Parts: sequence; structure tokens; C-alpha cells
Amino acid sequence: MKRIHIGYETDIAEKRARVVRIGELEIAIFKLTGGELKAIENRCPHKGGKLSEGIVCDHHVFCPLHDWKISLKDGLVQAPDEGCVTSYRVEIDGASGEVWLHLPEEQTIAS
Amino acid sequence: MKKKLVLVGNGMAGVNCIEQLLKLAPNRYDITIIGSEPHPNYNRILLSSVLAGDADMKDIVINDWSWYEENHITLHTGQTVNAVDSERKIISTDGGLKLPYDELIIATGSNAFMLPVPGADKPGVIAFRDIKDCETMMETAKSYRKAVVIGGGLLGLEAARGLLNLNMEVTVVHKHPYIMERQLDYTASTMLRTELEQQGMKFLLSKNTETIYGKKRVSGLRFTDGTEEEADLVVMAIGIRPNVALARQAGITINQGIVVNDFLETNLPNVYAVGECVEHRGVAYGLVAPLYEQGAVIAKRLAGLETDGYHGSVVSTKLKVSGVDVFSAGVYADRPGTRSIRVQDDFDGVYKKVVIQDGKVIGAVLFGDITDSSRLFKMIRTGEDVTGHEKEVLLGASGGGAKKSGADMVAEMPDDEIVCGCNGISKGAIVSAINEKGCSSVNDIKACTKAGGSCGGCKPLIGDVLTYVLGADGVKTVKEGICGCTTLGRDEVVESIRSMHLTTSKEVMNVLGWSNTEGCSKCRPALNYYLGMVWPDDHEDERESRFVNERNHANIQKDGTYSVVPRMYGGVTTPADLQRIANVAIKYDVPLVKMTGGQRIDLLGVKKEDLPKMWEDLDMPSGYAYGKTLRTVKTCVGETFCRFGTQDAMGMGIKMEKKFERLPTPAKFKMAVSGCPRNCAEATIKDFGVVAIDGGWELYVAGNGGTKLRGCDLLTKVKTEDDVMEWCGAYMQYYRETGKYNERTSEWLERIGLDTVKAALEKQEDRLALVARIEHSLSLTKEPWKEIIEEKALNATYVPLAEEAPASAR
Repeated sequence: MKRIHIGYETDIAEKRARVVRIGELEIAIFKLTGGELKAIENRCPHKGGKLSEGIVCDHHVFCPLHDWKISLKDGLVQAPDEGCVTSYRVEIDGASGEVWLHLPEEQTIAS
Repeated sequence: MKKKLVLVGNGMAGVNCIEQLLKLAPNRYDITIIGSEPHPNYNRILLSSVLAGDADMKDIVINDWSWYEENHITLHTGQTVNAVDSERKIISTDGGLKLPYDELIIATGSNAFMLPVPGADKPGVIAFRDIKDCETMMETAKSYRKAVVIGGGLLGLEAARGLLNLNMEVTVVHKHPYIMERQLDYTASTMLRTELEQQGMKFLLSKNTETIYGKKRVSGLRFTDGTEEEADLVVMAIGIRPNVALARQAGITINQGIVVNDFLETNLPNVYAVGECVEHRGVAYGLVAPLYEQGAVIAKRLAGLETDGYHGSVVSTKLKVSGVDVFSAGVYADRPGTRSIRVQDDFDGVYKKVVIQDGKVIGAVLFGDITDSSRLFKMIRTGEDVTGHEKEVLLGASGGGAKKSGADMVAEMPDDEIVCGCNGISKGAIVSAINEKGCSSVNDIKACTKAGGSCGGCKPLIGDVLTYVLGADGVKTVKEGICGCTTLGRDEVVESIRSMHLTTSKEVMNVLGWSNTEGCSKCRPALNYYLGMVWPDDHEDERESRFVNERNHANIQKDGTYSVVPRMYGGVTTPADLQRIANVAIKYDVPLVKMTGGQRIDLLGVKKEDLPKMWEDLDMPSGYAYGKTLRTVKTCVGETFCRFGTQDAMGMGIKMEKKFERLPTPAKFKMAVSGCPRNCAEATIKDFGVVAIDGGWELYVAGNGGTKLRGCDLLTKVKTEDDVMEWCGAYMQYYRETGKYNERTSEWLERIGLDTVKAALEKQEDRLALVARIEHSLSLTKEPWKEIIEEKALNATYVPLAEEAPASAR
């Protein structure tokens, strides 16, 4: 497991997302209403749409290409479509506001 | 001790309400029912069947005496409640009863309206309202010959048919030139009259009764035109009046009927009213279905269950006369803004008409063949959008065979035939969603399979598949809102935004009870638009509710790159601008440079993080090639160079583009200006097109060269460039204020009608008021590229938050 400092809580607006690039891998970091952060791979399993550009409603994001609805909690594609996006753990340091992204080791190496 | 519930009126509406209550909460109340008639609860609607000899009195009793006993209901018949003391909560009857109540339901029904003419009180003059009237008619038929029915409506014709069956000679007198004018249009009415005449009925139309004469018993009528008609029996069937005598005494608010709110509550505490005596939102219903719907609401209330109340009903009518099939529902007459589809077949005596407004079926009349009635009534109730498929509503998908119902056609479709072309969903997939996942409405199917979720054009067909699998009664009808989060339509949402001064999406969703707290990708951008349109000053644009293209001010492409289109007013550019565009394209290694259809240059394949820098280098305004706003104004060279040109087309176009750029509209908005009627700028397939003629301009509207080709309609002709600007501004603003989000002007105009638009823009004062509002909204717009370049926080969203080389590479 690897922990990367990617920025500060205030870098992301509510119901919006920012992108983190690790080599070829793109991860979208979403901020939900209330401030909670969620991280999933920035690639819709349908046609590779950039999920970071989708409209965020509660804990779901709608892919901007063909409107697939994806849960930000677990990366699961919502019915009637099917599929899954990799989700990542992201944490906020309460004192400093620093945002840390957790990556499984092989992920960082493989990419 | 149980609470005391008293029902005044032993008719269909009141007792049905009690039945529903007993199902929901069997032992909650001590129930007492008081009725004036000496009968148990019977089906008044079937009186005409009794009269016609198709049913017996005992056949029409709904709840016999034992039902009351079994349900421990105390029933007092033959007594009329004549006072309510709402202070002490006691009612009293003309039979001397005094009963306390905790909850009171007034269901006093209605009285037949009797013409107030001389002689109306003679023996032999009756109404057609209850069992007693029915018995009188049957008795009279034994010894008399000649009957006159006053009133050529539903009830009058049913009475007349019944009297014919009793071997009387029957004449129907009607004050209108055609019968059943409240349910039928002229064509259907005439066909009905012809049929009834063949059955032996006589008609006297456009006749007003002046006097009913006769020595003691009635012997005839005289009309205002001086003519007379013999009669041994006169039946008045000219309408009903809500029976409000008791309510009036009790001090309950009354208009035409007892005024109730959506929960059927009167203005007195613990006093409800239901049925024909009631007026809800200004409407008093005289048909049974709405009364049952009302009763259901009271039942839920009294049972302590949640209900969102009664919201009024669309009613349908079927004439119960043997040998004649007539159905009518909703708005059956043509009026401004409506268009109809009619089928008339004189060989089989069939007539069908469907009235459509705003892409929705709002009414229908069927004569001779009413097999489509339940399907059409469903469409009317659900308000299902049939835009683009209007003809299929009546004619079926082939547009030909009027005989086949939609479900029949579905039966003939192979399982792999695609129903929803947008999402590639076959009939088989929908059938299995119904059978295996329990879908029972078009919305269910949409949620389960995505069919019907995109352009929506296949929804009627999905409805047919549902009918085919489940039967007409198995299909749930759900009112469709602007998205799956609400059942409210565009107009209801915008009206609430206005009347409640809602200024954020969050407020709208909270106040209007959205089912998803933060909405969905359909409603969020729509609400953001409506809010900005209604409250340009108070609503702060919600960037997070905008679709990616509008949020990033560039067009996302399928690989996640963007396209950049700088503004090129009127399609006119300069060598210097072209040079700058070329330099930028080289500097950022733009993979593709292309001319757009709107006379400007598209730089495609740009990385998101390069966008702000490119815009800065271009130093040109955004062409808004991505937004729901004015795109381009296409022009021809006009009189400047062209030997045919009559006006300065380029100048006009540039002026329009500079004036109206950046303005949010419900959907993209394209304009063009041609310098002569040869129309090289193709102005007659634009949202707003201007064609120069000698000495003036022709203004065309609502064209579309996209999904569905539509030529413009001519709006008007004007003289000067200022006139063009005034009309253009007023037209755009009217579209902004009445259009549905994502609805192009071509669909919008078809929905609301060219005449409506013309009427709205006809007077200069109205145009100027619209122009004032558009000017205000325009004054608040900002050049977006500049804004993003200058504002650091906005700029930051274009670059990654963090970037790391892969671990292995380090």
C-alpha cells in the first residue's frame, strides 16, 4: 500500500471532481455535498468517458458521454447498465486539510 | 371507545368511501349512514339499464341490507339530515334523530335540475335521477304513448332509449343544434343522431321550452319559436345541481358545490365532503370515477395513512345505449393550439378523433368502434409525450390500418425486433423485463432496460408491449415529470419557481419533493436553466449542474479531448484572425482543423489542460459551439458583393450575433441571414432566419436541419434592421420563457402552435416588454473564456490536481 499526498481539501469544490494522474492511470477525486471525498478510476467502463466531468448527484456520478450512473461509494455501475469502476481510498487530514490517496502497491508498480 | 363517523348520504360516492375505509382500517370507527331514499346503496348509473330492461332493480344494488349489518354499520334510510351543529358536533334529521359525530362526511349528491317553466309541476313531468323516477316511467309506459325527453345529453339519451324499449314514442328536445355537445364534436354527434333516429328516436334541436301545458296532467310542450309537441310524459334530463342545502345551513363554504381542498376537507373541522355535491379546484364532477378517487383520499385520511391528496380527474364518458358505441374523454373540441387526427369511415359508421396539444393527447372521441378507448384514455391521463408519433396514436405505426390496435401489432412483431432504436432494446428484452422483473409501466421499463430513456419516441410502442403482455388494465399509468425525480412537468416547475421565488436547485428539489435529494443528470441542468431564466439577478449559475461542455466551455469529444471554436461574427473573418488561429493550431499541435457548418473554424483534439492557454493566445471570444445558447449567425455576402443581394446580410447577421451571443436558451439556437430570396444562407431551416426582400426583411422561425428536417414558418415581414432586432429579441425571449429545457424551437413551436407565438408577439408593447427582459439577461452575461483565464480558481480546474510518474519509472 502506498499513500500519496495529492493536494488540499479546498482544491476541490462540492459536487465537482479533480483528476490525479499516476503514470497512465487517471483517478478522479470527487467531493460530495458535505465535504466527503471519493476516488474512482477516471474511466467509464462503457466507452472510457471521463467520469471527472460528469454531473454529481448525492453519491453518484453520471458519465458525460452516455449518461451511465456510477456509485462513488463502491464504483458499481447502476442498473440498467452493468459494470464496475475501481475505487480507491482517500483521506483528509483533519488538522492540515491535506488529502491523501491510498494505492495498492502493485497498482503503482504495474502502471 | 371508538370514534364516531357519520356519513350523510347513502349514495355511490359516500358508501364507496366507507368501503375503502373498511379495507384500510376495519375497526377504527363506529359508522352511521343516513340516506333519504328508502333503499340500500345502489348503482345510480345503471338506472338507465333498468329502464331499458337490461337489468332488474335488484341487480343494481351494490351493498344490500346484510352488508351494513356485517360491517356493523348503523343505517337510517328514509330520513334526511337537516342540520349540522358543528360546535357541538351533532347532526339532526327530519325524523327527529340526533346523532353526535367525531368525523362527518357529507355526500348529499346532486339534484336533477328542473326547467323553471310554467307547467313544470304538472303530473307526468319528472326528472331521471332515482329509482322512483324509473318506476314512474315504467308505470306511465303501460297506459300512455307519447314521451318527450328534454335534454339531449348523456342522461337524456339513455332515458330516451329506455322509453323506446318501453314501447313509447320518444322525442328528444335539445336546446343546442346538436346532441351530446358536451362530449362530442359535430361529426360524432351527427353520426350518433342518425343511428338513434334509425332506432326510432325523434329529435327536435335548437328548441327552447317555453311552457308545459295540459289540463291537469301534461299534454304537450310549447317552444319559444311557437311550435308545439304533444306529450303524455315529460322527462327532464338537463343536468344536475350539487345538493348543498345541508352544507349551506351548516355554514360550510359553497360555490357551485361544497368547496373542498385536496384532502376533501370543508372549511369546518372534521367535516369532509365527497361526490357530486363537491366542488374541487372549481370543478364539480358528475361521473363516478372521480368520486371514487375522492373517496379514496378521505378513506386514507380517516385511516391515518399518508396521501398526497386528490388532484382532480380527467373524465371519460361511454354512452350506455345498446347498438351504439360512443366514447369521449378529455378535450374533444378543437381550439387554438390543438391539432387533431381524424378517421371517418361512413361505410362502417366509424369515427375517431384524437386531439393533441403540446405533443400530448388531451382528448378523444370514438364512435362506432371504441376498442381504442382504454388505450387512448390511458394516454390522456398519463400525458405521455407522443411528439413525432402523433399519427401512430390513432393509425398505428404503419399509418394505415385503422383497425389494428397497438397491442395487436406488437403481437405480430418478432422478439428480436428493436423497440427502442436509441438503446437497442428489443421487444423480447422488454417482454422479459415485464415477466421477470415485474415492470408494469413505461417508467419501470425505462428504469429496467433504458428503453424509451433517450429520445422517448418509442414510449407509445413500449406502452403497447405492456398492454400486449399485461392487458390494458395491468398497465400502471404514471404521470411523467421532467425527469425520474419528480412527477411535475416543466410548466408546474417553472410556475413554482416563480410563485415561491425559488432561486437555487436545492430549494426547488426540497420544496417540490424531489425523490433524489440532489436530482439527476436530467433535471439538474434543466433547473439551473429555469432558475436563471426566471431570476436572472437572484440565481447564481450552478456550474456543477452544467453539462461538461458548458462547464468547460468546450466540446468534449469521445476520447476526452475537446474542440475549440472561436467566435467569427456572421462568418466573417480577417487575415490577421486567421493567422492567429493558424499559429495557435501549430503551437498546440492541434490534430484537426475543420470548417464547421456554421461558418467558422473548429480546432479539434485539444487536451483539457491546454484550453485556457489556447484561449488566451487566441484572444477571441468563445464561439459557444458547445452550449444551449446562440451558436452562429450564418450569412451570405448580401448586397455588399452579390449582384442579386438586396440588403446588407452580413451586417445584419453580425449585429444579431453581437447582440444575442452568450444568452442561455432552452436548447441551442441557430440563426441565419440571407441577402435575397435565393436564400444562400439557408435561413429557412434555422431557429430564427432572416431573408432580405426588396425594401424589407422576412422573418422565419422554428426551422431545423438536424434530426428532423423542418422548414421554417413565416413569422412576419418587417421594414428596417431595427425591426428585425426587436422581433428577434422578443421571439427569443418568448422561447426562453416558454420552452422546455432541451426543446429546440422546432419542437417548441409545434407544441405551442404558430398562432400562439404570433399572438404573443403581435403587439409592439408586448414585444418591447420581452425585449426589455432579454436585454436585462444579456447585460448579466460574461465572456466565459476570459473569465476562466482571469479567475485562478476556475483556471485550476483545467489541470490535474496531482501528477506522478509511475513508481517504477523513478
